[in-house]
Amino acid sequence: MDQPIILLVVAAIVFILVVGLGITLRVNAKKKGLQDKQGIDADVTGELKIDDISEAVAKEKESARGSEVPTEPANRLVRLRERLAKSNSGLGRGLLNLLSRDNLDESTWEEIEDTLILADVGVDPTTELVDRLRERVKVLGTRDPEEVRALLREELISLVDPTMDRELATSHVSGEPAVMLVVGVNGAGKTTTVGKIARVLVAEDKTVLLGAADTFRAAASEQLATWGGRVGVETVRGEEGADPASVAYSAVERGKAEGTDVVLVDTAGRLQNKIGLMDELGKVKRVATRPLGEGHEIDEVLLVLDATTGQNGMQQAKVFAEAVNITGIVLTKLDGTAKGGIVVAVQRALGVPVKLIGLGEGADDLAPFTAEGFVDALLD
Amino acid sequence: MFNTLSDRLTATFKNLRGKGRLSEADVDATIREIRRALLDADVALPVVRAFTGRIRERALSEEVSGALNPGQQVVKVVNDELVGILGGETRRLSLAKRPPTVIMLAGLQGAGKTTLAGKLAYWLKSEGHRPMLVAADLQRPNAVNQLQIVGERAGAFVYAPEPGNGVGDPVQVATDSIEVAKTKLHDIVIVDTAGRLGIDEELMQQAADIRTAVNPDEVLFVIDAMIGQDAVKTAEAFLEGVDFTGVVLSKLDGDSRGGAALSVAEVTGKPIMFASTGESMKEFEQFHPDRMADRILDMGDILTLIEQAEKNFDEKETEKLKKKVEAGEDFDLNDFLTQMAGLKKMGSMKKMLGMMPGMSQYKDQLENFDEREVDRVEAIVRSMTPAERTNPKILNGSRRARIAKGAGTTVTAVNQLMERFTQAQKMMRGMTRGGGMPGMGGGGMPGMGGMPGMGGMPGGGANRKKKAVSKKKGRKGGQSGNPAKRAQQAQAQADKKSGKAQDPVGSAFGGVDLGNDEDFDLNNLPKGFGGMFPGGKK
Repeated sequence: MDQPIILLVVAAIVFILVVGLGITLRVNAKKKGLQDKQGIDADVTGELKIDDISEAVAKEKESARGSEVPTEPANRLVRLRERLAKSNSGLGRGLLNLLSRDNLDESTWEEIEDTLILADVGVDPTTELVDRLRERVKVLGTRDPEEVRALLREELISLVDPTMDRELATSHVSGEPAVMLVVGVNGAGKTTTVGKIARVLVAEDKTVLLGAADTFRAAASEQLATWGGRVGVETVRGEEGADPASVAYSAVERGKAEGTDVVLVDTAGRLQNKIGLMDELGKVKRVATRPLGEGHEIDEVLLVLDATTGQNGMQQAKVFAEAVNITGIVLTKLDGTAKGGIVVAVQRALGVPVKLIGLGEGADDLAPFTAEGFVDALLD
Repeated sequence: MFNTLSDRLTATFKNLRGKGRLSEADVDATIREIRRALLDADVALPVVRAFTGRIRERALSEEVSGALNPGQQVVKVVNDELVGILGGETRRLSLAKRPPTVIMLAGLQGAGKTTLAGKLAYWLKSEGHRPMLVAADLQRPNAVNQLQIVGERAGAFVYAPEPGNGVGDPVQVATDSIEVAKTKLHDIVIVDTAGRLGIDEELMQQAADIRTAVNPDEVLFVIDAMIGQDAVKTAEAFLEGVDFTGVVLSKLDGDSRGGAALSVAEVTGKPIMFASTGESMKEFEQFHPDRMADRILDMGDILTLIEQAEKNFDEKETEKLKKKVEAGEDFDLNDFLTQMAGLKKMGSMKKMLGMMPGMSQYKDQLENFDEREVDRVEAIVRSMTPAERTNPKILNGSRRARIAKGAGTTVTAVNQLMERFTQAQKMMRGMTRGGGMPGMGGGGMPGMGGMPGMGGMPGGGANRKKKAVSKKKGRKGGQSGNPAKRAQQAQAQADKKSGKAQDPVGSAFGGVDLGNDEDFDLNNLPKGFGGMFPGGKK
């Protein structure tokens, strides 16, 4: 009788709390609902039927009249299809289907889908991408699988967004060092990444100080110190089992006193579902900010993500972003067979760019991330 | 909405009721859902294909189409197949007839080999062996150092003649270690090797050389439970390179669904022998195929929940509460506080709620759940006097105002909490009677019904709540989407399974579509759940 009792007690309390959650949510939902309603009022378009097409055609004419040189008929057809594709009415869609039957066979689509799924992009983003692609193919009237692949590449690149700022913030602000915090789950490659970044920074003639705030794993600080020693960078270390926040604090403090350009703080690996450890990480970040002047936050919080990680990568990114507000992602172990497609979904959901990629255990195996290169490897 | 496979299948089969037969189209829809669930759990695509192929065959057979409830039957088939692959051949470590037994560890970088080496040594030591660790990872900076510390914690001798960091020949170290073990009378040698990629031919050759040199009795392939589609390629490369004899799944304490387990087991045919579930020495266990199957299918994990509950709840307090409940006394706010303390120790509320069967339908709400909500509730209770906690009935307007002030909240919040508390009390009372959970069925848990889609209700605070209740009472007919009812039936089902008599509470509503929820509930009960209750069938 004992176990079920415990369980039911837990259930009871849990339900009570969920109800609490229900109420807060309900209020939020209500507020949101109101906003949504206003939003919908503004663009009620779903009911347009015949108007849709005539409007599309009228616009067609108008634009043709407006410009001196009429556009090519093929282009105009594309634009008409585009409008039809956007319209919400059944008739518009039906017409689109009539206008443009896509002649690609299902196996091509399946192949495309498989490529994305095998790269760990995930089922939902894949379906969404492929659906959008199907639409575009209809609009453009493409039939050639090669062309479709080119379109897919384009879509993916626009998803990864090459225009995003992927520079590391490493210039110091008003005499204070730039502080970089490196976080991630166990075995993602944080310490190795810190070592490699230090090397790049030293090569750029910057002074660097390492902070070994991984006081948990056996020999982690030695591992970091070895990396530091290779490039002649000093490492601030604490005792094993010391408070990681205190190590981070003294590293930043010392970096400030010595006028160092960049302070790199390595943290212990932690699985994102361990709430205590995530709280600890939040504390490390807060405390590390303390020696810095007013308004100077930690400059970079890099999440190290293993390219072999599957759909759990999304969860990792979400929770770490919540805890320490990550500013960039380092995708490691890309030298293997894994493609790291999960970052597509991560970047889309959180808007945090991948800044660096790790390509092996060698000291110089760190490269800046390029959208095109990544997408090509993904589709390879 | 439909997050668990069983939820989705229930939806798929909803329109099927009464037909009694499965058409091919129905099966296809089912297979699509299964495929999706597996892919979401990171099962590799080729494995998903082979797997769904088999399911399809069985689903079209008499076994399923002839069953009374095809939806439920399909889930059962899926579960059977999963357990079949995952646990087709569980076995213990095979020890050499003439010691020392040699165990070699191999895997990708960061899979957790060194940590596992320590755990394995610790475990073997507790089994009465004299394990020795061999530091053959001379690649990663300070890996040797790490193994030495790990070995010290495990109380095992570490053979580390080379400093590592790129210096020394791992094959030589491994070869020598066997002689050392013989002279030092260690009966088990655990060789920790460097992490390597499947496509790194040079390093794979080195691993193969180590294997030839030490001729291990077991080669364990350590793989991260979070790994995605790459699992198949990696496993194949390692099978070819070092011909491993067993698999260890690491980082299972994370919240990944662990589909990799299925991929590796299916592709290589090698048994998964151990699961590594944390960073301390003891967090290491035999692999449970049935739990893993439930995890992959996102069925909730009651067993883990109970295990955690036992670990974290104060035994005496729980015993006291149990007596109290059995004696028919009311559950009061003091009990609530003590239980809450235990609950907090169990970690993230989100994770725990996620483990309850059937809860994944609230995934979105859970996602938005503010963990501090728990603290707010606690603040309210702590603002009460002891007398109020034992007897909440004495709470009048001015007391409530005082409590609200103390907890830094509004009277409305206090009222809401008290209302919910009354419902919880009813539930507890229901439990002692042995019947289902009348509190929940009889219009109880008012907030629950209001959770999804009731955002547009007019009025605020308590006023809104009353409406919710009255609306509920007046409703006829089954709204199977209603979470309160689902939860209630999940509970009812649990009781039913345990062989308890069940109050026909649900029927008080009139035409409630009971059957619809039934398969959903059953599916959510992991194997062995019945065994948790006395008299339950296993």
